[in-house]
Amino acid sequence: MADLLDQGIASLAKSLARKEFSSVELTGAYLSRIAAHNPALNAYVTVTAEQALAQAAAADTARTKGTAGPWAGVPFAHKDIFCTHGVRTACGSRMLDNFIAPYDATVVERMRDAGLVMLGKTNMDEFAMGSSNETSWYGPVKNPWNTDLVPGGSSGGSAAAVAAHLCPAATATDTGGSIRQPASFCGLTGIKPTYGRVSRWGMIAFASSLDQAGVLTRSAEDAAILLQTMAGFDPRDSTSVDMPVPDYLAGLGQSLRGLRIGIPKQHFAQGLNPEVEQLIRSALAEFERQGATLKEVSLDNSHLSVAAYYVIAPAEASANLSRYDGVRYGYRCDKPVDLEDLYKRSRAEGFGAEVKRRIMVGTYALSAGFYDAYYIKAQKIRRLIKNDFDRAFAEVDVIMGPTSPHTAFPLGSKSKDKDPVAMYLEDIYTIAVNLAGLPGLSIPAGLLNGLPIGLQIVGPNFSEDRLLNVAHQFQLATDWHTRTPGVAAASRGDR
Amino acid sequence: MAIELKDIENIAHLARLRLDAAEKAEALGSINNILSMIDEMRALDTSGVEPLAHAFEASQRLREDVVTETDQRAALLALAPNAAEGLFLVPKVLE
Repeated sequence: MADLLDQGIASLAKSLARKEFSSVELTGAYLSRIAAHNPALNAYVTVTAEQALAQAAAADTARTKGTAGPWAGVPFAHKDIFCTHGVRTACGSRMLDNFIAPYDATVVERMRDAGLVMLGKTNMDEFAMGSSNETSWYGPVKNPWNTDLVPGGSSGGSAAAVAAHLCPAATATDTGGSIRQPASFCGLTGIKPTYGRVSRWGMIAFASSLDQAGVLTRSAEDAAILLQTMAGFDPRDSTSVDMPVPDYLAGLGQSLRGLRIGIPKQHFAQGLNPEVEQLIRSALAEFERQGATLKEVSLDNSHLSVAAYYVIAPAEASANLSRYDGVRYGYRCDKPVDLEDLYKRSRAEGFGAEVKRRIMVGTYALSAGFYDAYYIKAQKIRRLIKNDFDRAFAEVDVIMGPTSPHTAFPLGSKSKDKDPVAMYLEDIYTIAVNLAGLPGLSIPAGLLNGLPIGLQIVGPNFSEDRLLNVAHQFQLATDWHTRTPGVAAASRGDR
Repeated sequence: MAIELKDIENIAHLARLRLDAAEKAEALGSINNILSMIDEMRALDTSGVEPLAHAFEASQRLREDVVTETDQRAALLALAPNAAEGLFLVPKVLE
């Protein structure tokens, strides 16, 4: 079982089907590895060992009976933003530290129905607000490639867990880059589907017009498998899109001959580390070798995406987070003197500094007298950004560029800075994709000084099948996605 | 459009957040930095552009007007910091 923990979902499922090992053995191996390595990484905030072993035993029984689905018994982790019935769902916040979810999110329900085994819940920036995983009430997550560095955020716990082989794959969410940027920093494949592709029901809301669930995996093939189990119409989410889900796995064999790749000149401009640019251009050359063509495109308004986002997302957050009032669930302050004191102190003590900051920015942007100057103005720019993509996709099939301008940065290097804007600019290449609702994916495309860098691939609405195939074809010809940090490589010697 | 300390106090009240003096000072500095970044939007003429609230501009889907929820009162009240006799308890609001 030495290299058991290095395998992807497809390979694990094959071995489970052949009875080379049981899901209980596999799950037990992961639980031991989590116990050994999680203290140094802080990737999991909750490990559900008992439930995991019970789910694994049920999957083994189903396999013996022949009633199991293809992925039954494969372990994975959930970002702690998804409600899990009977299990604490804290969303990285003191506000929800005592919240035991009374129901399962649709994503949780679907993955359980597929027989997948939940190992636990992963750490994250508080209410998914952050790009480094340093805003979590449970403390920062360390990057397995170098524990002095951040794993990215907000899905940093999921990314670190997958990169360190503390699970083969994990769910994640992306409001402005929270799947793709951690994928880039941790050397993973991460997909943010089209808005509406995956149900948001039971996924704790940050900015409802932007939030979307996806996955972090070690290959495009695994991403295809997991996205298949999550995606599809859900009547309980009023923005869920009622459209058939293609067979992602079956769509992975397409040649890239004739694929038209758009290169947005704004994503190769000032601010991009020149060595990152060189690696991205080498990756683009690989696509050319496979028969794709490159064409420069212009996303004229992309320089305003961070500004528009930091009006829209905080505005939606200020409304969404008004539900945390210390009355119905979550944190309540001690000895409130009156109702207003109960509200104000419960929220002041339950929320961390970054969450309060965004609630205040959003409250200001929506307040009387400023609504047009901020909120409406940002929505107009949102349309212009979407129009830029529409124009580009009239000429190209996908858009590619760097996911992040640099590799993972040191813990504390941006959070201790009193200017939060430095952290906000982390998502400069990813945010516009959320504003336009488009699907985006990041894959490992090289190593710079021993640290991974990500290539972002963006497609038109509901082109997840195309993005996954493009990523898979790249991964067939390259081995960047198979590179692992020392802590993961050490798993071979652990056992 | 830089804001002042009294604006921070007003926003914090609207958002029902109790801030101490140090937190107000920190919020003033950091929020003004954020607003100056956001103010880059002003440079662009957007007259005649329709605001976009949602990527798909879809209309709200309606469902049949029938009860779909089951009774979960006990389970939900069990999550409350303070509840009794089927009610959420808060400090006295009427003298």
